[in-house]
Amino acid sequence: MAKEALMPYEQAIEQFEVVIGLEVHVELNTKSKMFCGCANIFGNEPNTNVCPICIGLPGSLPAVNKKAVESSIAIGLALGCQIAPTGRFSRKNYFYPDLAKNFQTSQYDEPIASEGKINIELEDGVVFEVLIERAHMEEDAGKLTHIGGATGRIQGAEYSLVDYNRAGVPLVEIVTKPVYGAGARAPELAAAYVHAIREIVKSMNVSDARMERGNVRCDANVSIRPYGQTKLGTRTETKNVNSLRSVENAVRYEIQRQAHILANGGTITQETRHWHEDRGYTSAGRPKSDADDYRYFPEPDLVPVQPSLAWIEEIRATLPENPGLRRKRLMEAWGFAELEFRDVVNSDLLDQVEATVAAGAAPQAARKWWTGELARLANSQEVAVQDLSITPTQVAKIQQLIDSGELTDRMARDVVAGVLAGEGDPEAVIEKRGLKVVSDDGALIAAIDEALAKQPDVLEKIREGKVQAAGAVIGAVMQAMRGQVDAARVRELILERAK
Amino acid sequence: MSEITPDLVRHLASLSRILVTDEEVATLAGELNVIVDSIAIVTQAVKGDVLATSHPIPMANVFREDVVEPSLTQESALSAAPDSAEGRFRVAAILDEE
Repeated sequence: MAKEALMPYEQAIEQFEVVIGLEVHVELNTKSKMFCGCANIFGNEPNTNVCPICIGLPGSLPAVNKKAVESSIAIGLALGCQIAPTGRFSRKNYFYPDLAKNFQTSQYDEPIASEGKINIELEDGVVFEVLIERAHMEEDAGKLTHIGGATGRIQGAEYSLVDYNRAGVPLVEIVTKPVYGAGARAPELAAAYVHAIREIVKSMNVSDARMERGNVRCDANVSIRPYGQTKLGTRTETKNVNSLRSVENAVRYEIQRQAHILANGGTITQETRHWHEDRGYTSAGRPKSDADDYRYFPEPDLVPVQPSLAWIEEIRATLPENPGLRRKRLMEAWGFAELEFRDVVNSDLLDQVEATVAAGAAPQAARKWWTGELARLANSQEVAVQDLSITPTQVAKIQQLIDSGELTDRMARDVVAGVLAGEGDPEAVIEKRGLKVVSDDGALIAAIDEALAKQPDVLEKIREGKVQAAGAVIGAVMQAMRGQVDAARVRELILERAK
Repeated sequence: MSEITPDLVRHLASLSRILVTDEEVATLAGELNVIVDSIAIVTQAVKGDVLATSHPIPMANVFREDVVEPSLTQESALSAAPDSAEGRFRVAAILDEE
């Protein structure tokens, strides 16, 4: 199947009102699974983190992971939701080999959290309020690999292989209410919303929040209707759009595709669709099942969850600052230009810069280290700058030594190299590598005299007012002292000599 | 009288992956109608003050701590599978979902 006919985007927005709804699945980073003690680890050998419970063997009984419930409550609170005083798990029945039990343990009519809201700020500062319908607990499904056929896709597959390591990993599904009024900015808002959710769960450390690993996944519901029509249009649900760019592109594509169909007298089929990022289109999946077809019923093997007010408040007290508010606060406190600040945010270095500032470095100096020298070193070592083996405290210490004149910039870079090479704290590296600014002017003056002797005309030129002539001597002195002196001090001493 | 039609029975059967003959459909439609009607009568007797009986024993918050326990080995996990390959369960290709 290829791309379908599309209406130009501007035209679609002119003719139709866009309504979106987003379902975001967040995989929690608990140590063990939702209902059993198998490890919740990505990337292990297939079917090595499985047990009778998560592969649904007869007679096995699930037990709820307390930490997963705590994380779910925390997510609900961070989204401004009410936490249900009592809630049950339900069985969502379907036959598909991604879960061996033939049902998914989920929540249906009694989700743990509901009725929240979150403000989403777009790049230009425009803010949209997105209402949260609910957030509920459930388990992830196993991973299928389709074998045979040309592309490994399901069409033409001869058989499928199933790895249940992911089956039973705790998930929180966050569902928005329909979002109206975003108009042409709906695709952008969808991506910004997913970004905000990702940022929140990451700041709370309840999920690794890595989209490329599927820790955060989005299903995007899109419908359109002629302006003035009160009834919602038929929606499509584009599944598992797994990058922010995909979310934006998939929503935009669906708006254009549906607009073309409606404008030509057609009707939209309610269905799930799959997004193909490589070629930028969605294709029809299965017709959307009615909720009735899942024959939800209360899970008899699990007792209700009834979080006490005390427990909820205890969890609320552990919530970190909202990432959006934190950014506002830091930007004001640090006084960075917008581009400088965005550079820090986009490089995901807020934590590092904040910790470096807290350890005593000036904000600009902290920023320059992390987005400059350290980012460069990380890049050349092909690791994430956050994974470099240097701490904010060590960076702050090095900066402090520069500020006090004990290290030159060049020596500071040597110290950083030493810390990264595992030679210990900055002080230890300085000791080991003999990196001390020579503060004994005797040795320095001797070096200057020697350099001046080789270039006798320099002093004369300086006296004639050609101060820049000192440069040649400074270079020679720095070389002789192997960089372990402050160039400004050398210059000062040369100018004194010329008096 | 409730609305259990032969088509609805066929739909339920297909959701449950149960093969049914036309004769069975007719029988089941009749039986399911009786069940649904009976539940409808019971529902009339239930007022708002009657609690759901899905969990009749007053017990809540039974949790396990977030501790990793030993899993099966791959070999034993796959030992009862009808078919397996590459350390994974092998199943027929299913075409209605990705």
